[in-house]
Amino acid sequence: MLMQFIRSFKFLILVSLLVLPIIFNQIGMSFYLDLATRLCILAIAAVGLNLILGYGGMISFGHAAYLGLGAYAVGIPAHHWLYGGLDFLATNNGFVHITIAVVISGIFAFLTGLICLKTKGVYFIMITMAFSQMAYYLFVSIEEYGSDDGLVINTRSQIPLINLDDPIQMFLVSFSSLIFFMWLVHLITKSNFGLILSGIKDNEARMIALGYNVYLHKLIAFVFSGIICGFAGVLLGNFTTFISPEMIDWSRSGELMFMVILGGVATVMGPLFGAIVFVILEEVLSSITIYWHLPFGLLLIAVVLFFKGGLSSLLSK
Amino acid sequence: MDYTLLLIQILNGIQLGVLLFLVASGLTLIFGILDFVNLAHGSIYMLGAFICASLTYELDSYLFAVILSLPIIAIIGYTFEIFLARPLYARDHLDHVLGTFGAILVIDTIAHLIWGPAGIAIPLPNYLDGQITISENIEVPTFRLLIIVVGLTAAFGLLWLVNFTKLGMLIRAGASNRTMVAALGIDVRTLFAIVFAIGATLAGIAGMLIAPITEASLGMGNNIIITAFVVIIVGGIGSVKGAFVAALLIGLIDTLGRSFLDDLFKVFMSTAAAENSAPAISSMSIYLMMALILSFKPKGLFPPRIR
Repeated sequence: MLMQFIRSFKFLILVSLLVLPIIFNQIGMSFYLDLATRLCILAIAAVGLNLILGYGGMISFGHAAYLGLGAYAVGIPAHHWLYGGLDFLATNNGFVHITIAVVISGIFAFLTGLICLKTKGVYFIMITMAFSQMAYYLFVSIEEYGSDDGLVINTRSQIPLINLDDPIQMFLVSFSSLIFFMWLVHLITKSNFGLILSGIKDNEARMIALGYNVYLHKLIAFVFSGIICGFAGVLLGNFTTFISPEMIDWSRSGELMFMVILGGVATVMGPLFGAIVFVILEEVLSSITIYWHLPFGLLLIAVVLFFKGGLSSLLSK
Repeated sequence: MDYTLLLIQILNGIQLGVLLFLVASGLTLIFGILDFVNLAHGSIYMLGAFICASLTYELDSYLFAVILSLPIIAIIGYTFEIFLARPLYARDHLDHVLGTFGAILVIDTIAHLIWGPAGIAIPLPNYLDGQITISENIEVPTFRLLIIVVGLTAAFGLLWLVNFTKLGMLIRAGASNRTMVAALGIDVRTLFAIVFAIGATLAGIAGMLIAPITEASLGMGNNIIITAFVVIIVGGIGSVKGAFVAALLIGLIDTLGRSFLDDLFKVFMSTAAAENSAPAISSMSIYLMMALILSFKPKGLFPPRIR
C-alpha cells in the first residue's frame, strides 16, 4: 500500500512541491518559494472547502470569509500589541492567534450554518455568498483596522522554535500544514461520519429515513470546513503581512470554488491540483497581460462547457 | 428627530429599493422561469450604465442615449442567453454559477479595456437637474423622483406583462411545464431567450438610471448583485411580487440604518460607543434581517407555489 503510493504520480507531485521551491530559492530565485507558499495556503483553504463542497454536496460561495477572519485574527491582536488598546486581545503569540482564528471562524460557521443549512440548492449558494459579503462590509466599516485600505501586519505570529520571518520556514510550515489537513480530511471521509456525509450528498431523503440527523451532520462538517479555512487565513496573514477586506470579496470565494472543481471534487489530491493550476495560470496569464481575467474567464467558461469531472478524473483514467 | 431629513431619507430608501427591484426582478424572473442562476446579471447592469454614458456623450442627450441603450442591452442579453445560458440549462446550478462567474471576469475586463479604469460621469440635462419643492423647506431632486416613477412603472409593467398578456401566459406555462408547451407548438427556446432579454433590459435600465448619480464604474455590478441576491432570497426566489416587497424593505432598512442608527443607539448607550458600533451594525443590517427572516421562513416571504 505504502510502496504503491510512493511510486504513484501523486507522490511525485508532493515531493516536487516540497523540493523544487527550496532548490530554486537556494539558487537565488526566491520568487518561486513565495509562489509555492501561497499555493500551499490556498490549497489548504481548498481542502477545507472540498470537505463540504465535494464530500457533502454543500456549495458554499462564501469561504473567502474564513480566510479573511483567520488573517484578521493575526492582524488585529498584532495591531494592538504594537500600538496599544484592547489589552486583553493584544498579543503576538502564534498559538493565541490560531486559537482566536479557530474559535472565531468556528463561531461564524456555526451561526451562519444554522441558517444556511435550513436551505438547499441555489438558496444555499446565495446565502453563503451574502454572509461572506456581510463580513466584508463589517471590516470595511471598522476604521481602526484600516477600513478598505486594509491592515498592515507589522509583526508575524511568534511560535517557539519556528521563525515565520524566514521564508523557508514559512514555506515548510505551510507545506506540512497542507499535508496534515489533506490527511485529516482523508481520515474524516473514511470515517463513519464521512460516510454519512457522502450518503447525505447522494440521497438526503434516504439518510433521513434511515434515522440520521442530517442537519447536525451537515452543520458539523460546515463548521469544520470553516475552521480549516480559518487556519489557512492565519498562514495567509503571516505570509502576506497584510490583510484587507478585498481578501473576503466574493470573487475570492469564486476562485476557491474554481480550484476545488477544476481539481476534481471529493478527491484528496483534487484541491491541491486545482490550486497548482490556479496559481500557475494566474502567474503566467498576469505576466502576459494585466488583463489576465479575460483569458482566465474564458478558460473557466470553457471548463464548465466542455470538461466535466476536473483534473483528477483525467489523471485516474 | 428631524422630520425633513427623515422624509428625504425615506425617499432615498425608496429610490434604492426601486433600483434593487429592477436588478432583482430580472434575476428572479430568470431563475424562476428558466431555473438558471445568473451571477453575471450585475455585469449587465454595469454595461447598461457604461453604454448609456458613452452614448450620452456621442449624442449629446441623456434621453436619446437611454432610448438607444435599451435595445442594445436587450440584444446583449439575448446573445448571452444563446451562447452561455442555453448550453447550461440542463446542467446543475454549480455549473451555472461557475460559468457565469467566468462571464463576469470576461465582461468586466472587456469593460475595463473599452472604458478604462476610471468611472464615467453622466451630465444631466437641465430639465432633470432641478429640485421639486414639496413644502416650504423640503426640496427633492427631480431626477430622484424620476427614478422612483420609472422604477414603479417598470415594476407594474412587468407584473402586467407576466400576469395579463399572451406572452406572459406562455412564459408562465413554459415555467411550469416546458415540454408540454413545446408540444403545443410554441418555440420555447426563443421564448426563454426573450425572458432573458427582458431581465437583462430591466437590469440595464437600473444601470442607466443610477449612472447620472454615482457615475458608471467597473465595480458597480459586483456591488449590487449580492444585495440583489439578498432581495430575491428574502422575497422568495422566482416571485416578482416578493422581489418588489423585499427590494423596498431592504432599500429602506439600508438607507435609514445608515443615517439614523447612531441616533437610535445613543438612546441606550454612550455617544462614543454608539458612534463606533453604529456603522458596523448598519453595514450588516440587511444581512441580519435576511438571517432573521430565513430562520422563520426558509423559502422567503413569498415562496412561489408551483415550481
